[in-house]
Amino acid sequence: MLSEKAVKEIEEITTRYPVKRSAVMPALFVVQKEYGYVTEEGMREVAKILGLRPILVFEVATFYTMYNKKPVGKYHIQVCRNISCSLLGAEHVVGIIERKLGIKVKETTSDKRFTLSEVECLGSCGTAPMMQINDKYYESLTEPMIDDILKSLK
Amino acid sequence: MFEPVLLKNINTPDSFKIDSYLKNGGYRSLKKALEMSPDSIIQMVKDSGLRGRGGAGFPTGLKWSFIPKDPTIPKYLCCNADEGEPGTFKDRAIIEKDPHQLLEGMAIACYAIGAANAYIYIRGEFALGGDRLEDAIREAVSKGYLGKNMPGSNFSLNIYVHRGAGAYICGEETALLESIEGRRALPRIKPPFPAQVGLFGKPTVINNVETLACVPHIIERGAAWFASIGPAKSPGPKLFGVSGHVNKPGLYELPMGTPLREIVYNHAGGIKNGRSLKAVIPGGVSAPMLTEKDLDITMDFESLAAKGSMLGSGAVIVMDDNTCIVKSALIIHEFFHHESCGKCTPCREGLDWIVKVMRRVEGGEGKEGDVDLLLKLCGDVFGRTFCPLGDGAVMALRAAINNFRSEFEYHVSNKRCMVNGRGKVNR
Repeated sequence: MLSEKAVKEIEEITTRYPVKRSAVMPALFVVQKEYGYVTEEGMREVAKILGLRPILVFEVATFYTMYNKKPVGKYHIQVCRNISCSLLGAEHVVGIIERKLGIKVKETTSDKRFTLSEVECLGSCGTAPMMQINDKYYESLTEPMIDDILKSLK
Repeated sequence: MFEPVLLKNINTPDSFKIDSYLKNGGYRSLKKALEMSPDSIIQMVKDSGLRGRGGAGFPTGLKWSFIPKDPTIPKYLCCNADEGEPGTFKDRAIIEKDPHQLLEGMAIACYAIGAANAYIYIRGEFALGGDRLEDAIREAVSKGYLGKNMPGSNFSLNIYVHRGAGAYICGEETALLESIEGRRALPRIKPPFPAQVGLFGKPTVINNVETLACVPHIIERGAAWFASIGPAKSPGPKLFGVSGHVNKPGLYELPMGTPLREIVYNHAGGIKNGRSLKAVIPGGVSAPMLTEKDLDITMDFESLAAKGSMLGSGAVIVMDDNTCIVKSALIIHEFFHHESCGKCTPCREGLDWIVKVMRRVEGGEGKEGDVDLLLKLCGDVFGRTFCPLGDGAVMALRAAINNFRSEFEYHVSNKRCMVNGRGKVNR
């Protein structure tokens, strides 16, 4: 069950729009924050709060890539693989992280600390190569930097 | 030396806070605008020659003038901050470092079109940007620049932040509207255009961040000043984001119409490691690539269109002579394939077919005739899709093949890369 605070937050979000349905996307972020990922139970709760058929919530959750439909590690590492980052060694960045964490792309470490993903452009092309870990951008990456960043994430 | 307009504040300490913005003359244009009539503001923006900085280059004042004047109909402004065109990082700079410049532009636009509510659609990955905007809105409301009864007027305005969740298609304006309405972001058929039937079925203007950020400066310094910068048909300051194989990648604010050569060699410091330029994408990955022979082109809407490319978002992506064009084209195509929303068949199926052929060509497993097959598939998609995503995808690929056909053929016949000799590439 969503916490009372989360439900209140979703209800507050609906006041920003003339129709409740508009709150689906922000509400799914609330669910993701609450459960760590977008659970089926969470989607049903959003549907109930917003007075929608559950399918209308499911279809939004599965269309947009930032909603995790299964659990991810405590730190979700997302390496940009688009053109500007690729030109400056995105593949190399992925290789370094794979080696250091002992996992491949789309995998999670056994201690559930890290999930590694490749993603499309994150709008940080002038400071390529780059990655995003949870909400934070790490830019102009070098191997020693990646080392330090991973060590700092406990 | 061109004096920055849009980026003039970004290096001041705490540039994202309202006190810093006010110290630099912020919100003076809003006060001035609120003393003008909405029609005279629209006329001023028309006279300035400002054209949309999101890529399409539509005249901004004209777009505003399409909104019905009937005060009983609710109207909306949506700021398109879904910056997702690969290579582009200009709006992010404005949002993170000078969010009040955007809010001031939005407030003036809302007053001009009679909108009491506005949404900023920011891509979800820009978490910091979204937070900065929400903080900035709170600051502006508490100081009376937004909210009820704005300075010296009875005009009231609410601005809300709506965060995307990872979908390039939301940069397409009608898909963006669908997304704010809480649906999958599938583009709508036009007409009706958003100016008649937009957000929640009401008249709506959708403008890019950089476009709106120009507005306070036009109000402050006049239409004639703005129109005098750069070429007559595409005037004003423009943000160029340079990335890839250059010595000084970054964001450069220059007059519209600056030659591409000057951007790459003077501002961005030329090609890295003393290599030479092989190809350059002038306006984000949807813009067909150019080569060395095209470098003297001026960066404005008309000149690039005349060359069969486009200014797009002004994102300049530079590739040196050691770059495999086949692989670059594949990376770009995989992006479009991933981001196709699936609504229309030519884009959904066409890009999927193309990506399969591209993967085998790049991987050294291409078949004879694959390059012609790719061109045929591009032709099957072009002009047949619901929105510009499919066109952008195939225009980019066609340009890569037309400029570097021998490299594609080499991959097919020699089963390896012409540039680095690699055979089956693991990706």
